[in-house]
Amino acid sequence: MRYLPLTHDNRMEMLEAIGAKSVDDLYKDVPKKAFITGLANLPLHKGEMEVEKILSDYANQNHAACDGPFFLGAGCYYHHVPATVDYVIQRSEFLTAYTPYQPEIAQGTLQVIFEYQTMIAMITGMEIANASLYDGATAMAEAALMAMRLTRRNGIVLKGAPHPHYKEVLESYMKNFSDVALQGQVSEETACVIVQYPDFRGELHDLKAIRKECDAAGAKMVVVVNEIVALGMLPAPDMADIVCGEAQSVGLAMSFGGPHLGFMGCRAEYVRQMPGRLCGETVDADGRRSFVLTLSTREQHIRREKATSNICTNQGLCALAFTVHMALLGEGGFKHLAQLNHERACHLADALDKLEGVSVVNKTFFNEFVVKLSKPARDVVDALVKKGIIAGYPVSEHELLVTATEMTSADDIKTLCAELAGVLA
Amino acid sequence: MPADLKYTKDHEWLKIEGGNVAVVGITEYAQDALGDLVYVELPSIGRSLKKGEDFAVVESVKTAAEVYSPVTGEVVAVNDDLPDNPEKIKESIEAGWIAKIKMTDPADMEGLMDKSSYAAFLKGLTG
Amino acid sequence: MSEVVKLNTQNTNPSAHDPVFEKYAAKIGATRALMQEEPLLFEKEQADAPGVDLPELERKKPRTGLAIRDNIGLPQIKEPEVVRHFVRLSQQNYSIDTGFFPLGSCTMKHNPRLNEKLARLKGFAHLHPMQPTATTQGALGLMYRLQNYLADLSGLPAVCLTPAAGAHGELAGMMTIRRAHEAHGNTHKKLVLVPDSAHGTNPATAIMCGYQTKTISTKETGKLTLEAFKEALGDGHDVAAMMVTNPNTCGLFEPEIDKIVELLHKAGAYFYCDGANFNALVGKIRPGDFGVDVMHFNLHKTFSTPHGGGGPGSGPIGVCEALRPYMPVPEVVRDEDDTYRLSMDREDTSLGRLKGFQGQFGMHVRALTYMLSHGADGLKQVAEDAVLNANYILSQLKDDYHVPFAGPCMHECLLTDKFQKDAGVTTSDIAKTLIEFGIHPMTVYFPLVLQGTMLIEPTETETKESIDRFIAIMKMVAEKVRGGETDIFHDYPLSSPRRRLDEVTAARHPKLRWSAAKDQAAE
Repeated sequence: MRYLPLTHDNRMEMLEAIGAKSVDDLYKDVPKKAFITGLANLPLHKGEMEVEKILSDYANQNHAACDGPFFLGAGCYYHHVPATVDYVIQRSEFLTAYTPYQPEIAQGTLQVIFEYQTMIAMITGMEIANASLYDGATAMAEAALMAMRLTRRNGIVLKGAPHPHYKEVLESYMKNFSDVALQGQVSEETACVIVQYPDFRGELHDLKAIRKECDAAGAKMVVVVNEIVALGMLPAPDMADIVCGEAQSVGLAMSFGGPHLGFMGCRAEYVRQMPGRLCGETVDADGRRSFVLTLSTREQHIRREKATSNICTNQGLCALAFTVHMALLGEGGFKHLAQLNHERACHLADALDKLEGVSVVNKTFFNEFVVKLSKPARDVVDALVKKGIIAGYPVSEHELLVTATEMTSADDIKTLCAELAGVLA
Repeated sequence: MPADLKYTKDHEWLKIEGGNVAVVGITEYAQDALGDLVYVELPSIGRSLKKGEDFAVVESVKTAAEVYSPVTGEVVAVNDDLPDNPEKIKESIEAGWIAKIKMTDPADMEGLMDKSSYAAFLKGLTG
Repeated sequence: MSEVVKLNTQNTNPSAHDPVFEKYAAKIGATRALMQEEPLLFEKEQADAPGVDLPELERKKPRTGLAIRDNIGLPQIKEPEVVRHFVRLSQQNYSIDTGFFPLGSCTMKHNPRLNEKLARLKGFAHLHPMQPTATTQGALGLMYRLQNYLADLSGLPAVCLTPAAGAHGELAGMMTIRRAHEAHGNTHKKLVLVPDSAHGTNPATAIMCGYQTKTISTKETGKLTLEAFKEALGDGHDVAAMMVTNPNTCGLFEPEIDKIVELLHKAGAYFYCDGANFNALVGKIRPGDFGVDVMHFNLHKTFSTPHGGGGPGSGPIGVCEALRPYMPVPEVVRDEDDTYRLSMDREDTSLGRLKGFQGQFGMHVRALTYMLSHGADGLKQVAEDAVLNANYILSQLKDDYHVPFAGPCMHECLLTDKFQKDAGVTTSDIAKTLIEFGIHPMTVYFPLVLQGTMLIEPTETETKESIDRFIAIMKMVAEKVRGGETDIFHDYPLSSPRRRLDEVTAARHPKLRWSAAKDQAAE
């Protein structure tokens, strides 16, 4: 009970001041049947040592990415996070602050959001960006809804290979509206064309051609990026109307799928249809530059039924982690990191392509690509797990999506090739 | 409060131009309730409106108020000045109108308040 | 300049008025003692190399099929200055670890650092969500245990952990309901009843689910009356669900909830409970036992995963057995051989996937750590102490402030500025006064059922001493207003890193990013 500071005397004194005999008097409006008899069916309270033991036992049952060669990506990436990032985000003033609704005492969080918005805008080649969204999949669904509001149309076209989870989330959101449909081809009904860059299989599409197709039909162009490190090397998708996706790769651990960091940038003229929070610059009563959440009339707490989204929170601390990591990387470091990822992936591709029973499928790639295997991919993955290797993600029966990052060493690639040759033999 | 205007319970004013075009804006009472205005969202020209349908939004920092059409008709003009200069709403009828709506049913004018009955209506609100 | 800025006459910035300082300001800036003024990253002195050291590149021809990116515009700063930048910014923030944070409906309680430490264990942090399940049994086992604990605490047997935040949980819950109605052929049910005191997310969620909302008025009593409910329900034919926060946003437990739920269920509609205020009930009262069909849990409120300056949150949902087939996938299940897996078994009936991967796992670790630390006994004490603290504040302030609805309250209490407003001191002034005296304001101007509301939630992790100081400040304000001393309250805060902000200019001419070109042009 180390988190509960009231003493027995405090409680008695307070009850007396209230004029109640017991705490249960205060619960007089609650139906009797809803009270738990005795205690809930959880163990009794435990000290730090015991809790740490229980949680460590869970953690130790898992095979972490650092425990062996690791080639899995598919929308979540194993990158190095500098020690400074985790130190900064655990500072009390960031970690235990609330949403900055009282700007006089929240300039720290607000300035960070302003810097984050600027970085995302620069990296995506968009004019503005919001303060972040839950994750890449929900960001893509929100972008589709935004395009529907902008165009007053209801069709959505997915180009190339989208991340299967992103597509599923989009479909779930769309099911709420009977008149919304995924279309095979662009038409006059198309609100937006969504293209992933690089796509789920690692391929890069001709964005200019898609832009033309959008313009011809009056549709918006949405580019989704689920490996943001790629934008340190690939040309900015600045011809898009909305660029959104996942930024976990910068500053955040994989953490079994979350918390991650959804981002969204767009043209400035669309700002009033944007979901999520926005931070803007202003001055205080003394004329000093200050930052504040703004354009809140788009949001649920003011607009209620007519809000652009029901989104309330952003991923504040994750956006901070991104901003700290990106500040450390800087212009030079971010580009360097991106090219390093690509070079490691090139090494991996060359090494795998030499193996009997393996061929690289991709024509183009950034840091992940598909290989065709002579045996079922699922079986190969399972066999390699037994050797301590996490080999990749099966995208079809005989195809495996493999990824390299700056964490992938030459030894890791050598080990994978040796064991894979054995499995395929 | 000019004398030749008509008023609604939702605090819109309207002025008839050329027989069948209603020029619509929001009253001082609504302006005061909203405080400093930061944005006005206008309807598109050509949009057809039903009486009572919301067609514009007037925003302050912490509120967004819908503006309802007092008549059925078609939007024939909007005050393009307002999105960038929302405070103009407060300047005058000439500067602060929101939209001009070509009426299809003159009977919509019935039941709207004149200056004195709107003043009485406001008195009732503030008690 | 907006009205709010014009009200302030006193300039506390030492370099602003003093000609001695003004002369040197360009070179020495406004930094004083611990108040460190900090420019944007983009404005700091730029280094000629990054703040990280990475392995050398080979620079061979790329296989992207595209040109290599040119200038992005990012800053470049070495590590020591990056650390200082963020530390200085952090010092401009108020946090729970700084002091009392009675923000209503937000449950700003102590965030144990043990939670942080354990979420960073390598077996959790460096785990990929799509690894073969043979390599993630520990993580799945942990999620399974959390599902069971949430089910037990809520009385709702099926739990889905994937929603990313409270509002996302609402979406998951309401879509579950929608899917159930569709499965039963009740597609005519399109109406969701929402009290006017509801969080804005409730009506916004209903609309996102393709529903229409109907408002139930609670203005008179702050509670849902059977009468008002019946009027909103009508014959109930079109009603899909009711979304209610209970305890509600006026800090009260709905006394007629039993009768209301009976009628609601009779009409074939579901009861969605917004779990934002679960801290009043946890370990003591089970929402499933007062008729709730679906609720979301805010792990960042009740179970102390940190708010992080606005996220990440985590909003799992619990649903009754009848709704289990329709809730989102995946779900963690334990097979007969005692292994765990992410089940897509319900894919045919489920509303589908609502988030990439399987939720905010890092928050699941923190929440389970917190539950184990408190245990069944501790959690019950959490609810009781939270409710006791709120009622104590209510009892001490009820003569100084207008209490719109009689208590007892639950874990938060509602006041308004009715007694102060005529003297010219508003809820906003009271909030800014609290800032000046080192306390984070309560939730202001919410709920919307009354004017000038102040919603105060002390939580269970405050000492009586800090609560008494809050009460003393509130009494001081009330006393000064009664005595006609009101001017100073318009100027507060004076001692904070910033004074009141010009929010009107921010909204009229949005400047949402730094930009090199524009700033140069302005100079």
